[in-house]
Amino acid sequence: MSKLTNRDALKKVRESYKKAFDAEKRKIFVCAGNGCIASGSIQVYDKLAEIIKSKNVGCSLELKEEPGHPAGLKKGGCPGFCNQSVLVLVEPEGWLYTKVKPEDAEDIVEQTIKNGKPVERLAYKAPDGKLILKKDEIPFYKKQQRIVLDHCGKINAESIKEYLAVEGYSAFEKVLFDMTPEAVCKEVTDSNLRGRGGAGFPAGQKWGDTLKAQGSPKYIVCNGDEGDPGAFMDQSVMEGIPHQMIEGMLIAARAIGAEQGYIYVRAEYPNAVARLRKAIEQAEEFGLLGDNILGTGFNFHLTIYRGAGAFVCGEGSALMGSIEGRRGMPRVKRYRSTERGLYEKPTVLNNVETYANVPLIINRGANWYKGIGPASSPGTKTFALTGKIENTGLIEVPMGTKLREIIFDIGGGIRDGKKFKAVQIGGPSGGCLTEADLDMPLDFDSVPKAGAIIGSGGLVVMDETNCMIEIARFFVDFTKRESCGKCTPCREGTLRMLEILERIVNGAGKDGDIETLGELAVTISQAALCGLGKTAPNPILSTLKRFRNEYEDHIYKHKCTAGECQKLKTLYIDPQNCAGCGACAKACPVGAISQQDKVLEGKKKAYYVLDEKKCIKCFACKEKCKFDAVKEEA
Amino acid sequence: MSVPAFDPGVVDDVIKVWGAKSGSIIPILQGVQEKYNYLPPETFPCVAQKLGVSEARVYGVATFYENFSLQPKGKFIIKVCDGTACHVRKSLPNLEKFRKELGLSEKKITTDDLSFTVQTVACLGACSLAPAFMVQGGIPDKVYANVTPDQIPGVLDELRAKL
Repeated sequence: MSKLTNRDALKKVRESYKKAFDAEKRKIFVCAGNGCIASGSIQVYDKLAEIIKSKNVGCSLELKEEPGHPAGLKKGGCPGFCNQSVLVLVEPEGWLYTKVKPEDAEDIVEQTIKNGKPVERLAYKAPDGKLILKKDEIPFYKKQQRIVLDHCGKINAESIKEYLAVEGYSAFEKVLFDMTPEAVCKEVTDSNLRGRGGAGFPAGQKWGDTLKAQGSPKYIVCNGDEGDPGAFMDQSVMEGIPHQMIEGMLIAARAIGAEQGYIYVRAEYPNAVARLRKAIEQAEEFGLLGDNILGTGFNFHLTIYRGAGAFVCGEGSALMGSIEGRRGMPRVKRYRSTERGLYEKPTVLNNVETYANVPLIINRGANWYKGIGPASSPGTKTFALTGKIENTGLIEVPMGTKLREIIFDIGGGIRDGKKFKAVQIGGPSGGCLTEADLDMPLDFDSVPKAGAIIGSGGLVVMDETNCMIEIARFFVDFTKRESCGKCTPCREGTLRMLEILERIVNGAGKDGDIETLGELAVTISQAALCGLGKTAPNPILSTLKRFRNEYEDHIYKHKCTAGECQKLKTLYIDPQNCAGCGACAKACPVGAISQQDKVLEGKKKAYYVLDEKKCIKCFACKEKCKFDAVKEEA
Repeated sequence: MSVPAFDPGVVDDVIKVWGAKSGSIIPILQGVQEKYNYLPPETFPCVAQKLGVSEARVYGVATFYENFSLQPKGKFIIKVCDGTACHVRKSLPNLEKFRKELGLSEKKITTDDLSFTVQTVACLGACSLAPAFMVQGGIPDKVYANVTPDQIPGVLDELRAKL
């Protein structure tokens, strides 16, 4: 491919790829997202490709400029229904094959590619046993509205040609040739797009401020750090539709007059890094990135910067410090990054999903965008839905969708017939929502009123067997480890909070602990330097508010109602199951188990008993027992 | 297994791409670590001299970020995910099983023969398939999903065969 040097050339190639793409009457997408790869999707793809080649089936493996075969096999982005992986999507019929294995490849080639018939046994099996073949008829998808992720899973994730075939880079083209930077900023402002990184700051305002700011050069930075445990939406965008995000960055660059951009990606996302790298190379090859883009004199270069494992680098000033080659420590914000950001120059820093929204807004207009979801936070939001829920995966819903719809309609309710208890939203900086919040609309304004935040969009659902204090301990342990140590409230405060929480879950909670926790939490949230410290107490504050009785049970009654805290359990030996082998007594490090004199009727040996007072609850006896005689009680 | 001698050429290779400026410290350290699985002590004076920054600055960066290790690591690095989704779906028993099978602990994370390192990681982004862990060192990196402790000896046997 030689570089495109003007608008007509771009239009022409887009036209030709569209023709080739449309000529493929049937398209088979094997999910090449992180989850499906872990479940073996590459092996499924390879097997399909091998059969197609060896049997000379009329199916192309790569999009050509000229129309080729009537069918195409592609590695697609994540369609979202991750717990049914490996997923294979057949378009235009919209058949979704679930739990596909390499052994199924033969049938897919014979029936679907050759004869255009579905492989019905691979259809999704609903809990009531019904087979549902069409993706859009599966309850998981019914209430979703995929606009940002529309192409994710429906084009080859590794092909700029296919992105061009679905109108890719047309928004950038419009911005480059038909709009002034001011007009672009205005369109984004009018759309009321709010940053999807968590805080919901208006993106258009950020862009407008940077455009007006003095200083050069200006920078565009994309935050793809996504360190929230339990969140993977940005990863899915970077892996599934990398060009859409790059196009958003190009539009931002044009809008503020930047020539250099950085994508900061977590090191734990090797697939995302590889896809982005490939996408950047392709865009450079086509002349959509680099110098003198499409002959307009506009230059823009993109560099991928891999993170090195520091959650605090999700914070803007720490992230920029990291790109500058320093420790990722937040700065006191005397200036906004729109005035002095990266290398002290005006910088637009947005999150992956924010950039991926931009091409849609430019193409379809601010008014269209505002028509989705509530006016104060319009558009859709992607969430990573995980935890103790039937359907886990990546979802996209209009802002303002109720939690109840997400958990019970899309998520299919709680696993194993258990009861819903809470959902942790927004990761370690967020909070817990409970039964009482199920009818609250999820948007940037409503969720904070309930003491939580949307954050980047992680939703971890918990059932009755999850102890909320253990969850608070888990998050505080995380923020304590990830605290950069620069300011004392965060460095020392998180440690003190953790010590108290650890004591409570280990059954050594004291009178006054709840009050101390509350005081520490308020002080830290007011006094810490950056967002990490300020929000570190949120899991404690929200669980204290909603599950205070559990704290009291742990401290005063030495009881964990969820039955999760090991040290609060009681162990005993069931004489009926005990075979008298003595394995438990040998394993016990404190000699709490002894053999009785009495032999029960029908048994060969005398049974053992456990002295509850001596027991340190290490569970060594339970692990060793082959007869399921060591039981636990909450 | 033994650790190969330090080669300043690795640093030069990264400088060719990123330039001899302080913004290149992290990519350089990543390049060195990819080769040795850890940062040998010679890295610090070498990088400091080539970039014209203090050794303390390079050392400060290396010790700040979790992914850099100043201790040699094993050929296979097993990163057990303990993100929220994995945590609530019981990732810790998997971690304990690994440690037990390999004689490791929270303090001792690498086997004496430098075959395996076992550590936790905040989130691998495979949350829907929790609990998960990742093995680095084979090519490519491999994520194992929906794991239970009884599968772990099998995974270790599979890896040992590739040592």
